[in-house]
Amino acid sequence: MGEYIVEMKGITKRFPGVLALNNVQLNLRPGLVHSLMGENGAGKSTLMKILAGVYTLDEGQILINGQPVKMSNPLDGLANGISMIHQELMFIPELSAAENIYLGRELRTKAGLVSKKLMIAETQKVFDRWKISIDPAAQMKTLSVAQAQMVEIAKAIAFKSKIIIMDEPTSAITEREVARLHEMIRDLRSAGTAIIYITHKMDEVFAISDEVTVFRDGTWVATDKASNMTRDKLISLMVGRELNQLFPKADAKIGDVILEVEGLTRGRLVKNVSFNVRRGEILGIAGLMGSGRSEVLETLFGIYPAESGTVKVNGKVVKIREPHQAIEAGIGLLTEDRKKTGIMGVLSVRDNMSMAAIDRFSFMGVLRRPMIDRECEEQRVALALKTPSLNQQIQNLSGGNQQKVLLSRWLLTDPDILIIDEPTRGIDVGAKSEIHRLMGELAKQGKAIIMVSSEMPEILGMSDRVMVMCEGQMVGEVDRKDATQEKIMELATRFADEAVA
Amino acid sequence: MTKEPTATSAIPVVKKKFDLANFARTYMIIGVLILFVVALAIMTEGNSIDPVNLVNVIRQVSAIGIIGVGMTFVIITLGIDLSVGSILGLSAVVAASLAQNPGGSLVKFEGIDVPVIVAVLAGLGVGALAGFTNGILIAKFRLAPFIATLGMMSIARGLAYIYTGDGRPFSDLKDDYNFMGQGYLFSDPNVRLSGIPVPVVLFIAVALIATFILSYTKFGRYTYAIGGNEVAARVSGIRIPRVTIIIYTLSGLLAGLAGILWSARIGSGNSTLGQGIELDAITAVIVGGTSFKGGIGKIWGTVVGALLIGTINNGLDLLNVSPFLQIVVKGCIIIVAIIIDERKNSKKA
Repeated sequence: MGEYIVEMKGITKRFPGVLALNNVQLNLRPGLVHSLMGENGAGKSTLMKILAGVYTLDEGQILINGQPVKMSNPLDGLANGISMIHQELMFIPELSAAENIYLGRELRTKAGLVSKKLMIAETQKVFDRWKISIDPAAQMKTLSVAQAQMVEIAKAIAFKSKIIIMDEPTSAITEREVARLHEMIRDLRSAGTAIIYITHKMDEVFAISDEVTVFRDGTWVATDKASNMTRDKLISLMVGRELNQLFPKADAKIGDVILEVEGLTRGRLVKNVSFNVRRGEILGIAGLMGSGRSEVLETLFGIYPAESGTVKVNGKVVKIREPHQAIEAGIGLLTEDRKKTGIMGVLSVRDNMSMAAIDRFSFMGVLRRPMIDRECEEQRVALALKTPSLNQQIQNLSGGNQQKVLLSRWLLTDPDILIIDEPTRGIDVGAKSEIHRLMGELAKQGKAIIMVSSEMPEILGMSDRVMVMCEGQMVGEVDRKDATQEKIMELATRFADEAVA
Repeated sequence: MTKEPTATSAIPVVKKKFDLANFARTYMIIGVLILFVVALAIMTEGNSIDPVNLVNVIRQVSAIGIIGVGMTFVIITLGIDLSVGSILGLSAVVAASLAQNPGGSLVKFEGIDVPVIVAVLAGLGVGALAGFTNGILIAKFRLAPFIATLGMMSIARGLAYIYTGDGRPFSDLKDDYNFMGQGYLFSDPNVRLSGIPVPVVLFIAVALIATFILSYTKFGRYTYAIGGNEVAARVSGIRIPRVTIIIYTLSGLLAGLAGILWSARIGSGNSTLGQGIELDAITAVIVGGTSFKGGIGKIWGTVVGALLIGTINNGLDLLNVSPFLQIVVKGCIIIVAIIIDERKNSKKA
């Protein structure tokens, strides 16, 4: 083992309201594959984006070949021999593979004109050397995800990168393609390249990596040789935090089944999913990012129509192809991405709050303004909403207060079933416990609540029952009394192992 | 649960202080209008505020204003309707062709004499149909509003040319038809220039109804919601395609109404009527404070915006400014209005 090629020391990164990385370290040797493990939000991707120059660090130091470097943009990363292959591949679909590889530093003829021929020839050389069988002149949009990934790797090679970061490279490719990718990684390793491999899949960690580092909640937990690790040890390192937040899940009387979903299917992320929820119950849905958690609920709600499957509310089959049909059936959905699919930024708090219940708030199409004012005011008081007035544009409120408005939007429709996707993402602790308290109260009133959350303490603290998703399928169900972090993590990562076994 | 007062119910609504800057931004446009009226009155030595001229201005403004009302709905939803000028022309020729005095030498339909109301309904129907087509293209075929209405702009104008055949306007229209453009309501026969011109009455009626729809109905909320965030609106249960189709149909219908009023005012239906009026209408809407970023806009703003455009057009005419330079001036106004809009929104973001 040689000297470190990269040393990251005391790295700290803050985002508004969140300490994303707290005094984290990472050392890499050339010619080794180093895996990063951790739950969603543990800080792996943030650290890698700092190394690649996408984010700038707040505190700490990066040494490359022993020399301190300062990185303030992705070009600095490239200049220091670091390439990052993002989970969502970034390329220009209309251009050829060769043109994408040389994007921004196009090869030119002596006359100074961009030469496609030259770029294709050079790309062909790289492809030949690394046994990549793709036509350099093919448009990127005609390539499969795995092929596009190979092009990105070839790009890193063409940049003469000595450090290649791969962020969940196998999340969207087939097993055979995974094998090919791993072969490529071994070749690169032999050539002395340092590879950082981020993944959630246990089997891959043991199959490909030399060293493993585990992060948890923005802190460094452990680094060791992969051969010294076991699956159980990794899981306990990843989730080993104590539950220190209080979740006031009120004891609600669990009643009859109100929602039955059978064989719901759509695309790659919703495969034959069946479940049911009872009145007064909080069903937690856990799973890693990209496991199809949100997609199941979005399909159920009609944001994307299902390819097949049936949904029954109160024992009656309901047809849901559009959100308004779901609302009519007594379902509400508080979406994950507040800004993109939740708030209407320039509209007032009142308009945002009353929008989903507007049918009830109007008579023959004319708004019943006094009724709107009265009920919105009641919501404002009940949820302790901090806003100068109901006329305020919602975009001027804090994230937590925006979330409360959106929760009110659904409460005003008085749904039987309330789906909440990431109820407390990106909001402060006070608003968080307020929202948890409300969810408990709603269950007490006999509403059924379905909650998706990436936060394990939230899942364990709030749910009566936890359904675990992996790769678009429901892989297991755990009762409140049996639910532990380890058990859920094991289910959430199980599928990848079984596929190999 | 929401009815129970909780421990937190004591949180008071923070009393909003009177925000002068915000007030000024909102009503600035009225000040600008007054400024222009006064300045032009001085520069034209009072000619611009002569009652005959004022009535003329307001009558001209009616067409821009009526179209602007429809355009306000469209722009609030983050759309644009470039086809209104052409729809105006098409509706004008269709309505006028059915309103010609029978027996004239240049009638479109020899020997056919239909009531004026049929001509009016035909004109409105053609406008609504063209607008409906825009709506279908945008909502169902997912075309960008700019593209769909650009196509319709060409199609409707072309159809107007084809309909008139040799390109001659349909003139010699019935008096009842012309009344809609030239007549007065509530006038005292003993007093010259008393009463209100019919187009102005219709413009006021359209503006009032639109204000009611936008501020006091469910449909108005839908309009703002789609412009504020279309995805969020859909998740909140709004049927986006339906609302979009209605809005573009409304815009086409109002363009048709403007076409009827215009042809009635000049006493003939000409296939070139309304060319370029889409720009005046868009300018009126934007100058009136409707945001190009969607979700914000008021009908009264568009009314004031239309008055401002009309005043400037008329003032420049009276000052003998070349029509070519007038177009340049209008271009500058729309750019300034959009810069102000950008500033307003970036401050709040």
